[in-house]
Amino acid sequence: MNKIVKFFTKDSSLIPLMAILLGLLFGAVVMLLGGYNPLLAYTALFQKVFGDLYNIGETIRQITPLIFTGLSVAFAFRTGLFNIGAEGQFVMGSLGAVWIGTQFALPWYIHAPLAIIVGALLGGFWGAISGYLKAKRGVNEVITTIMLNYISLYLANYIIANYLRAPGQQRSEIIQDSASISLNTLSEFFGYARLHWGIILAILAAFVFYIILWKTKMGFELRAVGFNPHAAEYAGMNVNKNVINAMFIGGVFAGLGGAIEVLGVFKYMTISASLPGYGFDGIAVALIGANTALGVIFAAILFGVLEFGAAGMKFVAGVPIEVIEIVIASVIFFVAASGLVKFILKPFRRKEKGGAVE
Amino acid sequence: MKDVKYVVEMRGITKRFPGIVANDSISFKVKKGEIHALLGENGAGKSTLMNILFGLYEPDEGQIFINEQAVQITDPNVANDLGIGMVHQHFMLVENFTVTENIILGSEPKMGLKIDYNKAREQVLELSKRYGLHVDPDAKIEDISVGMQQRVEILKTLYRGADIIIFDEPTAVLTPQEIEDLIGIMRNLVNEGKSIILITHKLKEIMAIADSVTIIRRGKVIDSLAVKDTNQDELASKMVGREVTFAVDKKPADPKDVILRVSDVTAKDNRGLTALNEISFEVRAGEILGIAGVDGNGQSELIEVITGLRKVESGQVYLKDTDITNNTPREISESGISHIPEDRHKRGLVLDFTMGENLVLETYFYPEFQTNRFLDYNKINTHAKKLIEEFDVRTPSVDTLARALSGGNQQKAIIAREVDKDPDLLIAAQPTRGLDVGAIEFIHKRLVEQRDKGKAVLLLSLELDEIMNVSDRIAVIYEGKIVGVVDPKKTSEKELGLMMAGATTEGVKAGNE
Amino acid sequence: MKKYLLLLILVLGISTLLAGCGTDTENGAENNQGTEESLVKIGMVTDVGGVNDNSFNQSAWEGLQLLDKDLKGEVKVDFAQSTSDAEYIPNLTQFVKAGWDLTWGIGFLMGDHVKTVAEQNPEAKLAIIDAVVDAPNVASVTFKEHEGSFLVGVVAGLMTKTDKIGFVGGMDIPVIARFDAGFTAGVKAANPDAKIIYNYTGAFDKPDLGKAAAATMYDQGVDIIFHAAGATGDGVFNEAKARKDAGQDVWVIGVDKDQSITFGDDITLTSMMKRVDQAVYRVSKELVDGEFKPGLIQLGLKENGVGLPAENPNIPADVLEKVNEFKQKIINGEIEVPSEK
Repeated sequence: MNKIVKFFTKDSSLIPLMAILLGLLFGAVVMLLGGYNPLLAYTALFQKVFGDLYNIGETIRQITPLIFTGLSVAFAFRTGLFNIGAEGQFVMGSLGAVWIGTQFALPWYIHAPLAIIVGALLGGFWGAISGYLKAKRGVNEVITTIMLNYISLYLANYIIANYLRAPGQQRSEIIQDSASISLNTLSEFFGYARLHWGIILAILAAFVFYIILWKTKMGFELRAVGFNPHAAEYAGMNVNKNVINAMFIGGVFAGLGGAIEVLGVFKYMTISASLPGYGFDGIAVALIGANTALGVIFAAILFGVLEFGAAGMKFVAGVPIEVIEIVIASVIFFVAASGLVKFILKPFRRKEKGGAVE
Repeated sequence: MKDVKYVVEMRGITKRFPGIVANDSISFKVKKGEIHALLGENGAGKSTLMNILFGLYEPDEGQIFINEQAVQITDPNVANDLGIGMVHQHFMLVENFTVTENIILGSEPKMGLKIDYNKAREQVLELSKRYGLHVDPDAKIEDISVGMQQRVEILKTLYRGADIIIFDEPTAVLTPQEIEDLIGIMRNLVNEGKSIILITHKLKEIMAIADSVTIIRRGKVIDSLAVKDTNQDELASKMVGREVTFAVDKKPADPKDVILRVSDVTAKDNRGLTALNEISFEVRAGEILGIAGVDGNGQSELIEVITGLRKVESGQVYLKDTDITNNTPREISESGISHIPEDRHKRGLVLDFTMGENLVLETYFYPEFQTNRFLDYNKINTHAKKLIEEFDVRTPSVDTLARALSGGNQQKAIIAREVDKDPDLLIAAQPTRGLDVGAIEFIHKRLVEQRDKGKAVLLLSLELDEIMNVSDRIAVIYEGKIVGVVDPKKTSEKELGLMMAGATTEGVKAGNE
Repeated sequence: MKKYLLLLILVLGISTLLAGCGTDTENGAENNQGTEESLVKIGMVTDVGGVNDNSFNQSAWEGLQLLDKDLKGEVKVDFAQSTSDAEYIPNLTQFVKAGWDLTWGIGFLMGDHVKTVAEQNPEAKLAIIDAVVDAPNVASVTFKEHEGSFLVGVVAGLMTKTDKIGFVGGMDIPVIARFDAGFTAGVKAANPDAKIIYNYTGAFDKPDLGKAAAATMYDQGVDIIFHAAGATGDGVFNEAKARKDAGQDVWVIGVDKDQSITFGDDITLTSMMKRVDQAVYRVSKELVDGEFKPGLIQLGLKENGVGLPAENPNIPADVLEKVNEFKQKIINGEIEVPSEK
C-alpha cells in the first residue's frame, strides 16, 4: 500500500497526472469553442465508464488487450527494440486461439489453456522472426515488424476464409464452449458485460513482466543489452540471443492479448480489412507507462477509459465525434509530451524549490 | 590599437549550475603576448570558465574585459569579433573538404555571389607561412594527419583574425614529435603578438611552454604564478590539494611463467582493413607489459581479439598454454582474463544500471548472487558494498546509477570489478584516460599491486609517461605489428617516439636483445 | 505537494468557470428535450465504416434524419459510431439500456452482435440491415441486390463498346455475392458476347485498391465498371476520372446511392441504388405508428428497395426502355434473378 502511495507522489507519476488534467482542460476549451458544455461532457464520460456495472465491465474489457500490447511494446523497448509489430503478434495470437478453439473438442481444463498457449506461442514466434532477422542479418526491426503486421492480417484472413469459415459468414466458426474463458456468472451480474479471465491474466502478465526484467538473469541481460549493447557484449552476454528473446517474449505478451480477446470477447475471428489497432495503441501505452509494469497498467486504464467513455460524451452531452477525438488526442498528447507539461508547471515548481531554500 | 598590458581580464566570475557552483568568483588575467596555462583537475571549472570567455555560457556574476574594455560576450560570434578564437579538443572539420574550404567555411570571401576561392587560398598560404604551419591548402582533411588537422584548426582562428587563442587540451591526440612541433608553433604565435590560453592537466607541458599558470580547484582560483618560479610537484599539490607522488613506487619485476602468448595474429578492423598484421608477443606472470603506440595502430583491435570481442583471421592466442583463439567473451572472461576497457562509457559500464548491477556485470549468473535461481539483490548489493569500500569508490549508495558518478569513481568501480575476479591476466586499456592526478595515482598503484601478487598485466596507453612509469617492459606497436620491445629504464621518449612513428631501427632491437 | 494541490484547484476552478459559460447552449438543448418522455427514440449503430462512409451507414442515417424532419416533435434520433468490432455490443447496449424504443444495427457485420444484445434484452426492439437475425424482437431487413444489379447489368451489356465489363467487389461475402450474381445475369441477358472481369479487393475502405483494380481493368479494354465496394469504389471513380480527362471513353456504375451526385455525370453511367434510407425510414415509421413487426423484410424491385435513380442522363431512351421491360418481367416473376453464382 505504501508503495502505491509512493508511486503516485513520485515526480514521474505526478507529471502524467497533471498532464491528464491539462489535457482535459485543453479539451474543455476546445469543446467550449465548439459550443458544448465540457462539464456535462466529462461527467458523461465518467458516468459512461463508472456509471453502472455493465459499463464498468465493458471498460475492463476495453482495457485488457491494451495491457497486453502495452507490455509487449514495453518489453522490447527495455532491450532497445522498437516493436511496431504488437499488432501482427496480436493477430497471430487470435488466429492460434481460434484455430484451437474451433477445431478441437477437448475438456475445458485443457482446451482453453491450450488455446491461450498456442496463441501466445504463435505471437512469440511472430515476434521472434523480427528478432532473428535483426540479430543475424541486421535488418531493422521497425521495418520487419510493420511488414509482418500486414502478412499476419492477410494470412489470418486467408486461413479463416479457407479453413475456419462459418458458412455464409465473414468470420470463423464460433469456438467450442470448452475453449471460452468468459466469466459467465459474473458477466450476468455485470449486466452481460463481456467479462473474462483475461484481466486476471493481464495483471499476472504484468507481474511476470516485472519478475523477468528485474529478478532473473535473462532480464538482467535484456536490460543490459537495451541500455548498452557494447557493454553487454563486453560482459560476455550474447547480444543476438537477447534480441531474439526480447522479441519472442514481447510477441508472447501481444499473442496472449490476441488469444484472450478471441476466447473471452468475440468467440470467433472475423475476416478483417484492417488491423485491430490494439498494437498501435500499445506503443502509446508503453511510452506513457514509461515501460514499467505498473505504468503500462495505468496507461492502459487511461486509454481504455477515454476510448470507452468517449461514446458517453456523444450520447449524453451531444459532443460530435470529431471534437471527442480532439479531446482524447489532447489528453494523450499532454501525457506523452511530458516535457511540455514540465514547462507549463515550471512557475509552480520553481516556487516550490525557492520555498525550500528559504 | 594602443598598447595594453592585459588582453583578457575576468573579474569575479561566478557561474552556478543546479546543485554546484562551477565557477566561484574567479579572477583571471592574461598578459599580452604570453602563454597562460589554466591548470585543474577534471571538473575543476576550467572548461566552464573558457566557455564563458568564448560566449557559450553567460556568467551569473562578474565582468570580462578584453584589451581593458568591459565587454558582454553573449555568443561565440561576439567572441570572434573581439578576436578570441578557440581550438577545440575535438576538431570541427568537414572530412571531405579541402583545408582552404574548411578554413573559410562560414566567412567566405565573396566576389559578387561567387566565393573567391583563389583569394582565400592565397590568404591561407600566407598565414601558414608566417606562423610556420606548413599546411597544404589544397589537401583534403581526410588525407592529412591528426597533427595537421589541428594546425588547420589553428589557421581557422587566425583567418578569422583571432589575437587571443584558447587551446583546449591540445596535446591529447598528438605523438611526442607532433607535440614538439606544436610547442614550436605556439612560440611563433606569441612572437607574432598573439596571446594564448592553454587548458591542460599535464604539468610537463606547462613547464615546457607556459609563461604563467593559474590553478583552479573546485571552481576557485588557488593560485596564479609565473612558471619559472614553480615546479611540477608544487603545481600538482596545488591542483589536487595534497601531496602527490609522480614516480610510481615499485620494486623490480619478478617475471615467472608465460601467461598470455599472442602468436602471429592477424585481424581486420571495422572497415575490413587489416588492423593486426601477424602480431606476436608474450606477457609473463609478475610483470607489466606496456604497449605504446600512436592511436589507431591496432591497439583497440588487439584487446578485442584477446578478449573475444573480435574474430581472429589467422594466428593463435594462448592463455597459460590453452588455446583461447576465437572463444566467446564469456568463455575468455571465465578462463581468467579481466579487462579494463579503453572506453568506460561504451564498454565498461551500463550507465543506466545501478552500481550494484554494474559490479556484477560479468558475474550476475554466479550462484552466489541467486536465491532459488532468481537474482538476489541483497547479495548483489552486499557484494557491491564490499567492493565500494575496498576500492574507495565515492558513491552515495549501491543504488546510484553509474551515470551519476564522476569519471574517476566510475573507473575505480570498473577496476574493483575486474580485480575482484582474481584473474591470471589483467588487461588495462587506457586506464587513466581523462582522469585527474589523484585517480591516476590510485590506479597505477593498483596495477603494480596486481603485478606484485603474481598476475600478468597488459597495459595499453597513449600516454607515454604512463607507459614509461608503470611498465616493466615496453612493446611498441605500429601498423598492427610490434616493432620493438624495450626496457623503460634504458630507453628515452625520443627513441620511443621514433619507433611509434614506424622507424623500426634495427639498432633499437639489437640494443635490447 | 501543496503547490500541486493549488494547481489542481485552479484547473478545476477554471473548468467550472468555463462550464458556466457553456450553459447557455445547454439550456437550449434542454428545452428541446423538455418533452423527452413522450418522444419515440430511435438510435442506430454504425459499423466501422462510420456515419460518413458515403454508403449504407450514411444512407441509414439520412433515413432517420428524414424521419426526424417529417415527424418533428414526435421522435428523437441519434447514432453511435463504432471504431472497432469490440464496440458494436456496447454501442447497441447503450441505446437499449437507456430505454430507446428501437435500435438499428447497420450492416452485415453486426448480425451476431444484434442477436446477442437482443437475447440479453428480450424486452428491447432492434432492427438490422443486410443480415438475418433470428430473434423474436428483431426486424431484419435485407435487399434483393441481385434484382437491381441485374438491371445495371443490362445497361452495361447494352452500352459497352468493347464487350468487356468489369466488376469490383469489396469482400467476398454473401451480400456482395448477390450483386455479383445479379449483375452477371443481367449482362448475359442483354449481351451474351460480353466478357466480365471480376476483382474482389478484400476491403470496403481502401480507395487505393479500388483505383488499382480499375486501372488494370481499363488497361485490359474494359469500358464500364460496376463496383460494389463501398469506399474502395471511390478509387474506381478516381481512376475513371483520370482516364476520361485523358480522352478515354470509360464509365463507372455506382452503388447504394446515386453516386453521380458525388462523382458527376461525366463518369457515372448510372447507380444501383439500395434504398437503405427508405428501409430504415419505413421500419422506423411503422414503430412510431405502433405497427412494428419483427421478422424478415425483403426489399426488391417490387418494393422499390433497389433500382436505378430517377434521372439517367447518360442512358439512351432505347436502353432505358429495355431496362424497364426487364424490370417488369422480374416484378411479374417471369424472370427469376439468381442470388448466387
